[in-house]
Amino acid sequence: MSDRMLTMAEAVREAMSIAFEERPEVFLLGEDVGIYGGAFGVSGDMYHKYGADRVLDTPIAELGIVGAAVGAALSGMRPIVEIQFSDFTAQAMDQIANQAAKIHFMLGGALHVPMVLRTPQGSGTGAAAQHSQNLEPWFASVPGLKVVVPSNPADAKGLLLSAIDDPNPVIFLEHKLLYKIPGRDPVPEGATRIPLGVSKVVREGKDLTIVATGIMVNKCYEVAEKLAAEGITITLIDPRTISPLDMNPVFESVEKTGRLMVVQEGPAQAGFINEVIAQLAGSSSFGSLIAPIKRLAGMNIPIPYAPQLEKAAVPQIEDIEIAAREIVKNWR
Amino acid sequence: MGHPLSSPEHARHALLYMWRIRKFEEAVEDLFGRGMMHGTMHLSIGQEASPTGMCMAMTLQDQITSTHRGHGHCIAKGADLTRMIAELLGKKIGYCGGRGGSMHIADVETGNLGANGVVGGGLPIAAGAALASKMMNRGTVAVSFFGDGAMNEGAFHEAANMAAIWKLPMILFCENNGYGMSSSTAKAFAIDDLADRGKGYGIPGVNVDGNDVVAVYEVAQAAVDRAKAGDGPTLIIASTYRWKGHSRSDKNLYRTKEEIEEWRTKDPIPRFISRAIEAGLLNQEQCDAIQNEAIEAIKAAVNEAVKAESAEPSGLLDAVFKAVSA
Repeated sequence: MSDRMLTMAEAVREAMSIAFEERPEVFLLGEDVGIYGGAFGVSGDMYHKYGADRVLDTPIAELGIVGAAVGAALSGMRPIVEIQFSDFTAQAMDQIANQAAKIHFMLGGALHVPMVLRTPQGSGTGAAAQHSQNLEPWFASVPGLKVVVPSNPADAKGLLLSAIDDPNPVIFLEHKLLYKIPGRDPVPEGATRIPLGVSKVVREGKDLTIVATGIMVNKCYEVAEKLAAEGITITLIDPRTISPLDMNPVFESVEKTGRLMVVQEGPAQAGFINEVIAQLAGSSSFGSLIAPIKRLAGMNIPIPYAPQLEKAAVPQIEDIEIAAREIVKNWR
Repeated sequence: MGHPLSSPEHARHALLYMWRIRKFEEAVEDLFGRGMMHGTMHLSIGQEASPTGMCMAMTLQDQITSTHRGHGHCIAKGADLTRMIAELLGKKIGYCGGRGGSMHIADVETGNLGANGVVGGGLPIAAGAALASKMMNRGTVAVSFFGDGAMNEGAFHEAANMAAIWKLPMILFCENNGYGMSSSTAKAFAIDDLADRGKGYGIPGVNVDGNDVVAVYEVAQAAVDRAKAGDGPTLIIASTYRWKGHSRSDKNLYRTKEEIEEWRTKDPIPRFISRAIEAGLLNQEQCDAIQNEAIEAIKAAVNEAVKAESAEPSGLLDAVFKAVSA
């Protein structure tokens, strides 16, 4: 097996490059994806490798970019769109939510939109409120979109390959703090795919089930490691694909642990993670709970600028640790 | 296809398709009036020459995107009338299986990427189709039909600019019927000539009488030739008029009876009949027969669609995504 440790940016680039080699109809378009290599360096040297036609720099026109990708996807291509910051998808929402998401259903199945929209999201860079959001619920609430939130390089690579194969529009949300750090696990060589819609049990324990998304998976993992030394063991579940959502491992785990904590970076109100709670609450596994469900999420505020304010706006490792300890100790 | 006055067959095609659109729209109004169709409708009566002339300059493989007022584009590109009516009636055999209705008919076989419920929604999509054509060396053109109202959407600007900088084989075809719902072009634009907008993108902007199917065909063919030669997009402004209101709720408070009457005298159908007879391509008898043929085709489509099986809610959940093939 491979022991290659890649960053998420490298893993995403590798997946795109494999898809470029596999299928001539795959191309990348977006702002500064060409010679600049992408605002976060994700496309890197792909422009030099594949040329300006397949690594297509666009004007600053998010609605037009996504619309062009939709039209190209309807016409036999498989575009990968990079939107420079997920916040800017607001500019493109008609093409994402009204066009791409609905075409297959609304037009009677005659047409479909094999498009991937990749975009960096999340706080932690001091870029303030218009460059730091986590927008999972915007996309997960639109039927017709598949939504992927990878938490590590190996998953990002395998999931992106599946997303590019998928005949439907896939929104691929990459946390920008993960771009430059290697994951815990090596990234396999070659075109190993990870199917969409399959949650991953990251580690198993018997005292608490944590469901976390994106970068929060890593924070929760650290907490789980630390608490394991104290005899508190945690099952950590990363849905990876938040739409469609695979809840089975959550049900199974809660039946064993009796305790559930959910963690996301985005604001609590109407956040994606609430869907996990709702589905659990409506399932027979609900009866296994011996503790109230704990939700840790971002504050219901725009992400502020100053580092101490920005940190306070989203769950930190210490918050997760305290909450995990409390739920296990207080409910026996 | 070719020039509407190039042969009796071409003249027949132009007249037949304009009648098909007219009679289709009249049938829709009738079905609505009789309570057989629900939702809403946007009729294009009076505008028939524009889609007919444009589509006569296109091949079956050339693509279009259409609008909420899209029945005419769909018919001109060659869609099946029965499946269209069936869609409006919520039938299983409808183009969208009853899931889309009037504003969402697409027809892959005739290169129709779909009508659109969002003003301007089809413009970037057509740019993308043109981009795909260019990338795949397909030699096809993508035409986006839109109204004057769409020209003030960001989507128009973004699509026009991308098509221009990449020299895409695209045509931006504006059916300027003078009103975006109730807002006149005088209220919504600070320029008199909408074709001037072309200059802002470095592309030709061409005006044409949108009620003259011959004139429309001629500018359309020139734009298609230009696009297919790799010289980039053209903005066509076809001036026309919708005789009916914006949709069924329209009380026509924003325009006068006189204005509507004046435009009725510019009816594209008798205008073309005179031209075709003058050119010796058709006689009056043949023209009457073509009209009857359209009437019969619509009647047959309505009869078949009415009898067709209704769409069922079962299976809706499975229709959201295209199945992933293993």
